Amino acid sequence: MKPALVVQDLDHSYGQRHILDRVSFSVDQGEFFIVLGPNGSGKTTLIKAASGAVRAQKGLVEILGHPLRTYSGRALARTIAVVPQSAPPDIPFTVAEVVLMGRSPHLGLLGLERRRDRDIARQAMSFTHVEHLAERKLDELSAGERQRALLARAVCQQPRIIVLDEPTASLDPAHQVHIMDLMEGLRREEGITVVMVSHDLNLAALYADRLLLLKEGRVVSLGTPAEVLVFETLERAYGCVLLVDENPLKKVPRVTVVPENLLTGHTKSSRAMGKGPGGSP
Amino acid sequence: MNTTPLPISFLKRMLAVCLLLALLLMISAFLGLSIGSAGQNMKQVLAVLFGHGERDPTTANILWRIRLPRVFLAALVGSTLSLGGLVFQALLRNSLAEPYILGISGGSAVGAITGILLGLSRFPGVASLAFAGSMLTLFPVLAVGSGRAAMRKDALVLAGVMVNAFCSSAIMFLLSLTQDSRLHNILFWLMGDLSLSDPNQVLVLALTLFPCFALLFLLARPMNLLLMGEDTAANLGVNVRLISIVLLVVTSFMVSATVCHSGLLGFVGLVMPHLLRLSFGPDHRLLVPACILGGGAYLVLCDLLSRSLPAQGEMPVGVITAMIGAPLFIFLLQRSKP
Repeated sequence: MKPALVVQDLDHSYGQRHILDRVSFSVDQGEFFIVLGPNGSGKTTLIKAASGAVRAQKGLVEILGHPLRTYSGRALARTIAVVPQSAPPDIPFTVAEVVLMGRSPHLGLLGLERRRDRDIARQAMSFTHVEHLAERKLDELSAGERQRALLARAVCQQPRIIVLDEPTASLDPAHQVHIMDLMEGLRREEGITVVMVSHDLNLAALYADRLLLLKEGRVVSLGTPAEVLVFETLERAYGCVLLVDENPLKKVPRVTVVPENLLTGHTKSSRAMGKGPGGSP
Repeated sequence: MNTTPLPISFLKRMLAVCLLLALLLMISAFLGLSIGSAGQNMKQVLAVLFGHGERDPTTANILWRIRLPRVFLAALVGSTLSLGGLVFQALLRNSLAEPYILGISGGSAVGAITGILLGLSRFPGVASLAFAGSMLTLFPVLAVGSGRAAMRKDALVLAGVMVNAFCSSAIMFLLSLTQDSRLHNILFWLMGDLSLSDPNQVLVLALTLFPCFALLFLLARPMNLLLMGEDTAANLGVNVRLISIVLLVVTSFMVSATVCHSGLLGFVGLVMPHLLRLSFGPDHRLLVPACILGGGAYLVLCDLLSRSLPAQGEMPVGVITAMIGAPLFIFLLQRSKP
């Protein structure tokens, strides 16, 4: 089976700033893949380049075995759905209207939806539990409901790959788990490949098959949660002390932040030697 | 299992809205045809229109040669300006955007007056200069609309005020260079005037505008998607840059074409899109045809007022549209979020 996504030697810079530096990885079909890294490490640019929103200056992206540039805009939209980090706050449409927009790349010139499209939209809404909100305006929803509505739009697109940029940011724990469970369900039931950017190391450890850890545009580590979430690696990437032990629920690493006043001798000295918090310029 | 109703078939809704507004346009057009300074009675007008009873040749002449082109021109200009407002509001995500307020109309007027004073023919000379003028005013609008100031809705409006101030001075400068009898005509035309409607020219205008209307209807869905944010629109297969450029160029082209015929009509593009959005929701596939029909009806009625309100003669229709539109603008500005 061809990999869902292949990224090879991706290079990108904005002006003088190097954002991505020879990044390479591949994601298998049906895999749950999470990209981690400190703020400003290039995660968002990476998934934008991988999903065709940004054209990287150098390197190759292949989607389901075909180079990215061979896809038309609509063909790409039928293959990859992207849930961006933030949507405009003033979207005037109802949930049902927004979800139906996911059918756009499947429609004809006049853009009229058929019954089948409405059925798919309804299924997508019921999948992310927003059916009861169908007639509500998007700007009347809570953050969690809003994120589920935007997720339903992506599901309605019927993609092979779904790409999400920090979908759980600014959500409470219940909503975070809900979103992650929905993505896991999508992967399990539909075989959809999930590629996600996250800051939550513990959620990543619990849900991801593999992780990619990025710092200053370079790959620091790539592998299973147990391989990536290691004390030394995390300290190198984030420039701070993170305690790693085993999650009691599942044999995956558990990461705990350590407040300044609880730092012990060893860790304090390593910070004093100039390995202070880094990452973002 | 599923009982939640999804929006009823879009086609049915669109048909209902279009029928309603088409009816409104027809009634306005009928009123526009029937009422005028020559003072025919309704019976004579009906006789001419529907071809029964006794037809009075004078009435027929007035109706077909004078009033019909004028009503038709008013409807075309109303449709165009409403669409212009709709497109700019969607593209710039700003509820206050409109061709007149942004200075697009002003730029066209500068171009058109330059053409008139150079003694060019109306088509293609004056029309292409008007188009060039409108394109030039797009640059400051886009610079503000896409730059750091885009976050602030009033920045765009301020830029428009400045563009308009600049255009007004340019117009005054050009006018001060002329001494001849054209001055009064140009001034009257500037205020928004529909009285100089030559049937052939109105027909040419219609043939120019109808393809633009059709194109905007095809772009209605991408306009919806643009409201979801550029990232999402791109991910749904919209070529954001191409669509934005096409929308801007087509709209400026339409607006400059109408400015050549009718001068500066303010706020039409503000009143109608807001009214229609309030009544029928934010879906552009519905709003584009609604603006064509409703905007047409609106300006036909405004023109009727401008013809019938003064005891003698008439006033420019731009006076009426500004008197309705400017207070609405203030209201929207006061309500808009920072």
